[in-house]
Amino acid sequence: MGFKEFCFKKSLWLFHFGGASCNNCDIEILDCLTPRYDVERFGMLLVGSIRHADVLLVNGSINQRDKSRLLELYEQAPKPIVVVAIGACGCTGGIFAEGNTFAGPVDKIIPVDAYIPGCPPKPEAILAGIVKLLNK
Amino acid sequence: MVKKTLIPIGPYHPLQEEPELFKLYCEGEIVKDIKWETGYNHRGIEQLSEKKTFDQSFFLVERICGICSTSHPFAFANALEEAGNIEIPNRAKYIRSIIGELERIHSHLLWVGLAGHFLGYNTVFMWAWKYREPVLDLFEMISGNRNSYAMFKVGGVRRDIENNKISEIVKVLDLVKRKTDMLVGAVMDDPVIHARTKGVGILTKQDIIDYAAVGPTARASGIAIDVRKDDPYAAYPLVNWKVITAEKGDVFAKAEVRLLEMYESISIIEQCLEGLKKEKEGEIEVKVKDIAEGWGTGHAEAPRGEVFHYVLTDGSNSPARHKIRAPSYTNIATFKKSCIGQTVSDATISLAAVDPCYCCTERMAVAYDHKTGKRILNGKELIALSAEKTQNIKNQL
Ligand code: SF4
Repeated sequence: MGFKEFCFKKSLWLFHFGGASCNNCDIEILDCLTPRYDVERFGMLLVGSIRHADVLLVNGSINQRDKSRLLELYEQAPKPIVVVAIGACGCTGGIFAEGNTFAGPVDKIIPVDAYIPGCPPKPEAILAGIVKLLNK
Repeated sequence: MVKKTLIPIGPYHPLQEEPELFKLYCEGEIVKDIKWETGYNHRGIEQLSEKKTFDQSFFLVERICGICSTSHPFAFANALEEAGNIEIPNRAKYIRSIIGELERIHSHLLWVGLAGHFLGYNTVFMWAWKYREPVLDLFEMISGNRNSYAMFKVGGVRRDIENNKISEIVKVLDLVKRKTDMLVGAVMDDPVIHARTKGVGILTKQDIIDYAAVGPTARASGIAIDVRKDDPYAAYPLVNWKVITAEKGDVFAKAEVRLLEMYESISIIEQCLEGLKKEKEGEIEVKVKDIAEGWGTGHAEAPRGEVFHYVLTDGSNSPARHKIRAPSYTNIATFKKSCIGQTVSDATISLAAVDPCYCCTERMAVAYDHKTGKRILNGKELIALSAEKTQNIKNQL
């Protein structure tokens, strides 16, 4: 077993970074925690600090103000960390990509391991994405 | 002397889903001053909208805020229809109101859940969000998406609610009504919630007027302001309902207003569904060729208050100027009144009580040279200007 597999063998803890989003993706991520979807049964937990996290969920387009904060968070994260870009905004910038404050999609700023497209992706899609990533 | 402490909340705080920075200046436990910083969520929507056609803009304004993703298209459609002098068919009016009210229900449920979460009452959070799901399922049935429904267009709506779907909607409404009863019971009769929310974060009538607050925030302080009544649009003049107000202005009153509003919304939807049955299926839009030169304003009552859109048209197919004002923008300013003097532990629920939506709130100012019309002083230029000043000072020293 490699170091990476060892790190991601047990319960994954998630940290959520909401960039300049429309809030729907944030709500859908939170929705995953509520009774209908209940990610906690897979041992996934939304944590309050990046230093405790195994997975960094990023949604929303990143504007000039968010960019340095996202970089800083990534630097503070314990490695290895899995980065998941959520929603059309997270993947490409989506509808906001032409905005004058847009500072590049997430993968131009930090390395991204998985993309979950959709606007917003359904909670099922978010779960499926993370599960797929786990089995990789 | 008591030392002042600065407690930052945000910009990426586990309590908040959206990025926003609050600075609480405290002496001991008591909040003495509050400042907030925005900009983490700025996307330049007004400017983007001016690059898009009217039809495309609908998808954009829908994405100003995901939770009230109907109210912005609603106000935008009202504005364009005023500019173009367009009258829409009754069926479209009913459908618009149904979507608007369903959204209010899911948004208020969301708020009740979050408020519970802020109070450390996670049972309410889980309940409220669980019973929000059937409403989202309805949206999926009607529009194909759980959020961001893309139902609106100039001159009507994009999709019909066929008459055979009505029974399903009624069924879900029944469920929601029963669950609202349960939630109302859980909130209104709980001594802990009373103790935590009564007398906390009070906004008086005068405060509301001073800060021009809108929506449930204003209605909880005894001001019956509601665009649906004051300047009726869509199907609201065709149905019977009343504006819910409360007097106290504290967090509890705000919760009360929102919970009771859900019953009104359910009743509006039921009446609209009755109305739908009388109209012919499929008559959901008028064809609009172009929108003449001019301007239009439109507003809509979002779950959080009045959304206002101003559109200047120049005869082309995209807005020449598009100005948006969202309710949280004015509501957030009331923090100055509601939080100061509270303890830190009450500050969070006072902040949450106005149901602030930061995505709606982000603003940016751009300076234009009025002679040439060119944009001056962008970020880089400002930095250059500042660097120049430093250099000058350095030279002088
Ligand atoms: S992907 Fe869509 S739903 Fe998600 S933040 Fe962007 S605009 Fe909103």
